Amino acid sequence: MAVANTVLTGDGQNAGVGPEENYINHGKGILSWLFTLDHKRIGIMYLVAILSSFFLGGVFAMFIRTELLTPGQTIMTADTYNKMFTLHGAVMIFLFIIPGIPATLGNFVLPLMLGAKDVALPRLNLASFWLWLIGASVAVASIIIGAVDTGWTFYTPYSTTTSTAVVAMTLGAFILGFSSIFTGLNFIVTIHKMRPEGMTWFKMPLFLWSLYSTAIIQVLATPILGITLLLLIAERTLGVGIFDPSLGGDPVLYQHFFWFYSHPAVYIMILPAMGIMSELISVFSGKHIFGYRFIAWSSIAIALLSFLVWGHHMFTSGQSSLMNMVFSALTFSVAIPSAVKVFNWLATMYKGSIRLAAPMLYALSFLFLFAIGGLTGLFLGSLSTDIHLHDTYFVVAHFHYVMFGGTVIAFLGGIHYWWPKLFGRMYSERWAQVSALLIFVGFNLTFFTQFVMGSHGMPRRYYNYLERFTAYHQASTVGSFILAIGFLIMAGYLAHSLMKGELAPANPWGAATLEWEISSPPPHNNFNHEMYAGDPYDLPALRWDPSINGYVRRDPSSILATTEEAG
Amino acid sequence: MTASHMARTLLARLAAAPEGDGGSFWMPPQISTVAQSVDWLFHFILAISVFFFLLIVVVMVIFVLKYRRREGQEAESSPSHNLALEVTWTVIPVALVIVIFVIGFKGFLDMATPPANAYEVLVEGQKWNWSFTYPNGYVDENLHVPVDRPVRLVMSSADVIHSLYVPAFRIKNDVVPGRYSKVWFEATEPGEYDLFCAEYCGTSHSDMIAHVIVHPVGEFEPWLEKASNFLETMTPVDAGRKLFQVRGCTQCHSLDGSAKTGPTLLGVFGRATAMADGTTVTADENYIRESILEPGARVVAGFEPVMPTFQGRLKDPEIMAIIEYLKSPVGASEEE
Repeated sequence: MAVANTVLTGDGQNAGVGPEENYINHGKGILSWLFTLDHKRIGIMYLVAILSSFFLGGVFAMFIRTELLTPGQTIMTADTYNKMFTLHGAVMIFLFIIPGIPATLGNFVLPLMLGAKDVALPRLNLASFWLWLIGASVAVASIIIGAVDTGWTFYTPYSTTTSTAVVAMTLGAFILGFSSIFTGLNFIVTIHKMRPEGMTWFKMPLFLWSLYSTAIIQVLATPILGITLLLLIAERTLGVGIFDPSLGGDPVLYQHFFWFYSHPAVYIMILPAMGIMSELISVFSGKHIFGYRFIAWSSIAIALLSFLVWGHHMFTSGQSSLMNMVFSALTFSVAIPSAVKVFNWLATMYKGSIRLAAPMLYALSFLFLFAIGGLTGLFLGSLSTDIHLHDTYFVVAHFHYVMFGGTVIAFLGGIHYWWPKLFGRMYSERWAQVSALLIFVGFNLTFFTQFVMGSHGMPRRYYNYLERFTAYHQASTVGSFILAIGFLIMAGYLAHSLMKGELAPANPWGAATLEWEISSPPPHNNFNHEMYAGDPYDLPALRWDPSINGYVRRDPSSILATTEEAG
Repeated sequence: MTASHMARTLLARLAAAPEGDGGSFWMPPQISTVAQSVDWLFHFILAISVFFFLLIVVVMVIFVLKYRRREGQEAESSPSHNLALEVTWTVIPVALVIVIFVIGFKGFLDMATPPANAYEVLVEGQKWNWSFTYPNGYVDENLHVPVDRPVRLVMSSADVIHSLYVPAFRIKNDVVPGRYSKVWFEATEPGEYDLFCAEYCGTSHSDMIAHVIVHPVGEFEPWLEKASNFLETMTPVDAGRKLFQVRGCTQCHSLDGSAKTGPTLLGVFGRATAMADGTTVTADENYIRESILEPGARVVAGFEPVMPTFQGRLKDPEIMAIIEYLKSPVGASEEE
């Protein structure tokens, strides 16, 4: 044991703080970043790019909410408003939330959790990032040449007849799709081929199970979106009649194609968030995760069932009652695995030793908000109630509770959890709590009011609205301002942390997964030894060491592969 | 002080808002035969949701308070799985969603199956207005129906997808170009209710709002007869004004001098206007008639040839009335 310990510390691993060499100072200059094959640097570049997209999408959201302060014109014309909500949706969905967690935290953490030096296909990983940049540039360029006013769903025949820049935006989304496929493919190969000794399928950290399920959807579903958008471009530019009835096409066919991708895509967005939740709840409750196998299987179940529910977006399209019945039934089936996960997370907290650090605040916030988001899905999966609620603000509120209250909140939890590992510095816990609270309050004020106005019949995508909806809209707008302030505070303390934050130990939280065994930030090569992975939730294997302000393994040799035991 | 005052005002208005349409906290008033069963299911799901939401949040809060980390205290050990427990909390939600599914599907079948004797109204959606055609051929901009009688709408679209939505009736159905879609309802109380377009359709989507006027027993037929005879009972100018509104002309042609999708028709009659092909035309009866029936023939310079033809949709006396209306000093005394 003593031998192993010196081996580890000698490599800069398990040391308290501040190794001289790490992935950030390994290589200088912009080119050493742009053409790096290091998964950690690609993850960081993705993080910068994706948070920039989130900021852009957020600015559009603020314009939308400000315009809706009063009925009729407040700050912009109807056409500008229509472009604003389209851009908000398209940027948030295609640029931010789909690549969101897998491309940033996934890229950074996945190989580390496997005790590996990189993903299986590092060049494909870099290609994915470059495709993202190209796709995002094409999509953003569409704004300059006139923007798009179709809504992010590009429904035909509106999208084939409007005079706005639909081709540029859809081409951008098409390219972004390939970026997503590359990431998914890479993760599948990496998880299959590069698991360390000891890590059987059911010893994988649950974050990896969720990334694996997500990757399956990315690889199987995204090509459908690609083909659909190409057909749309072909119809617009060449006049081929596929969706436009005046050319002999069928507009509802477009909706089928679109949702055959875009519904599974919702699970591309939420599954990685659920994976983060499993890590956070276990680590900050100081407990082994409860019901590991149920959580792992529920991720796979969600990935498979997600392909069978797309028709619930078309309950009012006039499709047959039989189809409505089948899709309603299948939709309910996908609710079960999500419910199972929530109960398992709660059970994990039982008899725990719960620390209310920032990541855990986000995890608790997730449970609260995702419960509302998930349960309101029942109103929409049920046929007779959906007819009334379809295309109203009730739907807008529902998916924001799932996508923002679920995915974004878990993403923020994940960022706060892995931040010390990413950058080797801690952030201000107090400001993190203030910002988490503001985001929670602002979010609920913004979106809960939308449930009520939606069930009263306020349709979505409305520039103008009837006088009686004014109070809801104003409350919602005030909420969005609070939300924005929460995010500005977060930007402030995270920037401060980068410059002046306290140096982070290797393992500040006492987590048992392998990424915490190496210094923060990790060295360029990640691990200098073959690793052995035991139970990822065996938290008692760690103990608090006040001298480094972090946790250390009671038995450091327990994570070394047997082949390396000689040192 | 002002901030807290504003917050209180907003809260007060928010509390009063749900009753703005005469409904309950969650739902608009129930004016159709299906509304009650839809609302019953809505509140049933709401009860289940509130129960599970409180269960999750209360358990979470109790655990956080009870098991909050204290100095030098480790987590107690407890099993990391329990098959019976996990199967239980899988099976109970399965049973509940099956119940919800069955009730929702039965309710939907009632909404999807119109009674045989329903009164039929043809609906056309176009950017951005609705028109309702009654069995005698009369066209109105609003949907007038008798109370306590099933009404079936046969709907089509002239351009993109629209969706007909009447919150008070709990009905909604997309209106898709190239096919007919159908929806039915039976109104239970006389009054006036909102009819929205619920599928995004461009610039004035949010103004594509009509009214449903539910007539008391015995008043619908007299209304229809009177309304249908408007060409005889009104002056040509008044009839033309009505047609100009009802047939959606105002969506693209203003009467206040401002250009919209089409040129303004303020003082159009007798005005010399440059055409896209370079010629100049003085608008007379024949030009206006031609523009209605063959909109693409001579397009005003600076505008796209996007107007649909009204060939077969307007009768000769109706076109005459519109021409008479445009001859009159419109604009100055008109609102909008």
